[in-house]
Amino acid sequence: MNNNNNDFSLNQRIPSVMIADEEVDFNQYLSSAEMSAIEHEVSIMETRESVGIEALKIVQQHRGWISDDSLIAIAQCLNISSAQLEGVATFYNLIYRQKVGHYVIHLCDSISCHLTGYDEILNVIKQHLNIVYGQTTSDGQFTLLSNVCLGSCDKSPAMMIGGKHYHSLTSDSVVAILNGLSQNVGEGND
Amino acid sequence: MTNTTPNDSSSSENWLEQALAQALTKPLTHLINLENPLDFNGYIKAGGYMGATKALKEFSPKGVLELVSDSGLKGRGGAGFPTGMKWSCVPALQEKKISTDSPFNQNANEHENSYLICNGDEMEPGTFKDRYLLEGVPHQLIEAMIIASYTISANKAYIFLRGEYFLAAERLQHAIDEAYENKWLGENIQGTNYQLDLYLHTSAGRYICGEETALINALEGKRATPRAKPPFPQVSGLFGKPTVVNNVETLCNLPHILKHGSAWFKDLSPDSDPGTKMYAACGQVKNPGVWELPMGVTIRELLYDYAGGMKDGANLKGLLPGGASTDFLTEKHLDTPMDFDSIGKAGSRLGTGGLIVLGDKHCPVAMVLNLLQFFAQESCGWCTPCRDGTPWAVEILTRIEQGQGSHEDLTQLNELCDFMWLGKTHCALAPGAVEPLKSAMRYFKYDFEQHIEQGCCPIEANKQNHQEQLVSNKKEANHGE
Ligand SMILES: Cc1cc2nc3c(=O)[nH]c(=O)nc-3n(C[C@H](O)[C@H](O)[C@H](O)COP(=O)(O)O)c2cc1C
Ligand code: SF4
Ligand code: FES
Repeated sequence: MNNNNNDFSLNQRIPSVMIADEEVDFNQYLSSAEMSAIEHEVSIMETRESVGIEALKIVQQHRGWISDDSLIAIAQCLNISSAQLEGVATFYNLIYRQKVGHYVIHLCDSISCHLTGYDEILNVIKQHLNIVYGQTTSDGQFTLLSNVCLGSCDKSPAMMIGGKHYHSLTSDSVVAILNGLSQNVGEGND
Repeated sequence: MTNTTPNDSSSSENWLEQALAQALTKPLTHLINLENPLDFNGYIKAGGYMGATKALKEFSPKGVLELVSDSGLKGRGGAGFPTGMKWSCVPALQEKKISTDSPFNQNANEHENSYLICNGDEMEPGTFKDRYLLEGVPHQLIEAMIIASYTISANKAYIFLRGEYFLAAERLQHAIDEAYENKWLGENIQGTNYQLDLYLHTSAGRYICGEETALINALEGKRATPRAKPPFPQVSGLFGKPTVVNNVETLCNLPHILKHGSAWFKDLSPDSDPGTKMYAACGQVKNPGVWELPMGVTIRELLYDYAGGMKDGANLKGLLPGGASTDFLTEKHLDTPMDFDSIGKAGSRLGTGGLIVLGDKHCPVAMVLNLLQFFAQESCGWCTPCRDGTPWAVEILTRIEQGQGSHEDLTQLNELCDFMWLGKTHCALAPGAVEPLKSAMRYFKYDFEQHIEQGCCPIEANKQNHQEQLVSNKKEANHGE
């Protein structure tokens, strides 16, 4: 994880066409479900600014990721600058600033997993899905990301997909899990 | 740890009976049920909310403070700061020492509202103890937070939970809702006129949010970089108000201290820091897990009696006694008691009390590289020694691990350790990175030198085939971060 070069992560903004903030109108952009969930969070906190992370999560839950337009709309809604919200969004691992697959695999690469078979699991996933960290499978089903310690160190190696934790992974079990999920997508029942 | 409750009522009575038999020896965990945690009624039946009842109905806030101070409870979040002392800095609990005409004294009589925050960020690699408490007995934490909030005159409290703990979030929110329904949260709690609102905030994955001032920035919706201290949060924290940040495990002790008293608490571990501790072990041990034990068990007991010793026939190479940001200890430290002072004297820190164990079939340089990669990635970037120092250390360690290092690299690593040490950085993350690095270079000097002299990892050289894959993985991981 050489931080200096080729740094590439889904929570980092890739230089894209700059969109002027005025081109988005949050009232039209955000759905009423998103707005009411955000306003509920606002009612709990003392300031609008303080629900930035909640708002990002709400919109991400509805749309899968945070596009530039989404970012600008949320910032307007919270009455803060989009630059400030970007500073929050890019700070966190679980906010995706690029499009991701249907399932995002968060594979733990921290120490206990490192000591108990992480390398092998990573290899199996890469070979099975034919992607590396930061990539999405061509059918859009899976994105592969690393994650810091998932708190399953007593049952390592561990990963998290869609809010579900999987632990004590073996080469066989990880393939079975991925196959099961991809069948779910295929049958449209998840 | 008891994990299952069968659903039929007679066996659940049995479960409860067995659990309650341990109430006085395993206060934190006796009610843990990971599969089916106690709901409000179940928790009440098990004696729950008795500590909070006692606090609210029989004690003044100052009375609770005195009791907790007397118990000697020390923070379980890593630093071991005495909880009573931390609370006593909150203005509402301060003795009014300043003369009345002091301009700073204007608020002395109107107890300023304050906040309680439970630190449930738990992202330190090798640490998973709080997860058991959060998932296994959520009402215990809520009861604890009522007691702490009452003591520091807080009417609002937050649980700051790491974003990845989805199950804990679901269970906590359910427990919070139940507590509101049963008048244990909200206005006029149990007819005492005391009001407390408790909210769950789930984060989105960043280790530095566990640092208490970064956590406060995160809750305010700001980029979560740590704040300068002073002012300390107890004086000026969340939204500029007095704020106490306590770890999950620290808080969970409170109901029991209230219920059974401070003498009982101290008697749990007469020769050590007071109380029990959630100890844990992970890494290359046979039986990794979490155990609540009296403070001060030795590393040897924890490693061999509880964690089952080394796995795969390996010998112990070294271990981190309390999470990723503590110094390595080795074989010769095995009889050290796991308490704040003893581990400190041995040259490390008790930290979070979870062993990360390294066997001799695995490369210590690779382990340290993995740890430093973590710190480099999670550095918030606010101050130069850490922002630049941690990736620099990763670069050097990568070189050494791949057999391309030189002896000057070792000198430079040592210098980096000095640049990133306490007092030179804005928060404790960078010194936390130095601890495993510096101690590894001392205890595993020979391994570092062998990498340089042989031009490869001596351990990996034995597993040639394997190695090519490892290197290619690492390269890709570099791109992925
Ligand atoms: C980088 C860093 C990360 C931390 N992460 C946590 C954490 O996840 N949980 C925690 O309770 N304390 C964490 N701490 C310690 C907190 O800053 C704080 O000391 C603690 O929550 C105080 O609680 P206590 O007094 O109950 O121990 C961290 C500290 C640092 C420097
Ligand atoms: S030491 Fe590291 S994490 Fe702490 S403030 Fe400085 S850059 Fe941020
Ligand atoms: S190190 Fe992977 S779950 Fe903790």
